[in-house]
Amino acid sequence: MTAEPRPSAPAISAHQVDVVLSGVPIVRHAGFEIGVGQTVAVTGNNGSGKTTLMRALLGLVPHRGTVELFGTELSRFRDWHRIGYVPQRSTILVQQATAREVVASGRLGLRRPLWPASAADRQAVTDALVRVGMADRAQAPFVRLSGGQQQRVLIARALAGTADLMVWDEPLAGVDQTTQGVLAEILAELREAGTTVVMVLHEPGPFEPLIDRAITLADGRVVADGPFQPALGGHEVHELPHSHFHETGLEVI
Amino acid sequence: MEWLALEFMQRALLAAVITGLTAPAIGTYLVQRRLSLLGDGLGHLAVAGVGLAFLTGTAPLPVAVVVCVVGAIAIELLRELGRTSGDVGLAILFYGGLSGGLLLASLAGQGTGTLSAFLFGSLLTINATELWIIAGLGAVVLVVCLGLLPQLFAVSADEPFARTIGLPVRVYNILIVALAAVTVTVSMRTVGLLLVSALMVVPVATANHLVIGFRRSMLVAMGLGVLAAVSGTIGSYQFDTAPGALIVVIAIGVFALSWPASLLLARRYAPFVELTDDQPPRSHELTEEHPHVHSATCGHPAVPHAGHVDYIHDGHRHAAHEGHYDEH
Repeated sequence: MTAEPRPSAPAISAHQVDVVLSGVPIVRHAGFEIGVGQTVAVTGNNGSGKTTLMRALLGLVPHRGTVELFGTELSRFRDWHRIGYVPQRSTILVQQATAREVVASGRLGLRRPLWPASAADRQAVTDALVRVGMADRAQAPFVRLSGGQQQRVLIARALAGTADLMVWDEPLAGVDQTTQGVLAEILAELREAGTTVVMVLHEPGPFEPLIDRAITLADGRVVADGPFQPALGGHEVHELPHSHFHETGLEVI
Repeated sequence: MEWLALEFMQRALLAAVITGLTAPAIGTYLVQRRLSLLGDGLGHLAVAGVGLAFLTGTAPLPVAVVVCVVGAIAIELLRELGRTSGDVGLAILFYGGLSGGLLLASLAGQGTGTLSAFLFGSLLTINATELWIIAGLGAVVLVVCLGLLPQLFAVSADEPFARTIGLPVRVYNILIVALAAVTVTVSMRTVGLLLVSALMVVPVATANHLVIGFRRSMLVAMGLGVLAAVSGTIGSYQFDTAPGALIVVIAIGVFALSWPASLLLARRYAPFVELTDDQPPRSHELTEEHPHVHSATCGHPAVPHAGHVDYIHDGHRHAAHEGHYDEH
């Protein structure tokens, strides 16, 4: 908990993180560090607290414990342009906006209020749409796109900024084969560029060879944290070494 | 056109233009957030402000603006705290505003007749000072609605995302409801407090029938708002009716006329169907006689797969193939 960000700080550092929503404990004593450049899958059953943990790491729900992004305590973190968040698709309220208008929101962290978009802003939006293969549907209404296309638009929105920490919530849920392929390509590019990627995943699918590490939650607790083993599909629970139990505050059952 | 020379009509028309521009502009954000009826509630609240002005013997417009903005911010803060689920708190606030306003007005010795000029609009009641207030507040609403369009859109469409890019979400949320309150009160002389909400919602719904895109539909809605407000104001002079009623009837008439256009627009962006188990067909199977030519604009759901597009109709999936259609 240093005041100045450490130059070699991990992208995310969580220590003893608890989240309680409406009196119900959702995340309990979660602790881990995610190094810069890592590609991490957060897995676990429905209701295990994966999405809530991601939201806590981004300050969207209140938490107890310590969260640091790039070495800065969350409440003091201001470099939001470094974050590329992709929430679950169902949470978006859009009626008439075009795909391009949705992607353009991704630049707002870099734009001054009341100023028009610069040429660089517009180019970044176009580039992001091209990367996800949606340039030809840029003017189509977002709500009329298929689920996979909507997912690609939301990924493009995160790509349009200058993020070097991506947080994706279920990017592969209910998307078609084409989209899965496109997203796997983008993930490979991000890995190559040294971007840290943390994602909630049910099925690794085409991401499997690209994942360095899996953090598994069960009933809000981190029950496994280790290298992702493709042969096991990420479902194998890796026992934590004993020292980790103390660090994460987990009881040995 | 002798009415153009009348000073009160000139003031009424200017006020109508301002209402026609501002109500749909802020309304676009409210519709986006599924808060279409917030304007109606704020109108009820403003009645309390008018009643209070009667009782204290002050000018109605400034008092109503203050009461309505304070109430709107209180509603937003309650929403943020998650204390207004179930709508009951809002309902009590709104009907409290309406009944309180009527009560205060009658205590001040004013009947519902005086109040009805504020509830449904009145051409004769706009004085020069009020017009200046209306113009000034209207300008603020327009500058914010258009100037902060990308930010307010982002906050309305996806609040968690807006937070993670560092936008001051709470400030923008309060700004939207406060400006909605301002818009409602400055419109009370033209459409009236009980009908202003229609001008916030109906032109927006019409614009959604006509064009694609958030910015574009906001601009079209503003144009339609001016059209309804100005023609309704002129008509109400000609037919001696309450301007609010005629403005809203015209807006709804235009909405009804826009219906066929919406069907064309829906065809242009026919829904896509995703195949969960995309396999090539086992054999080459021709469809029966098929005079209809499928295209991206024919309205049939499209199925992009394997480098081409199939179209679905009546339980079949048709793929164009050398001048005929295959079953896929």
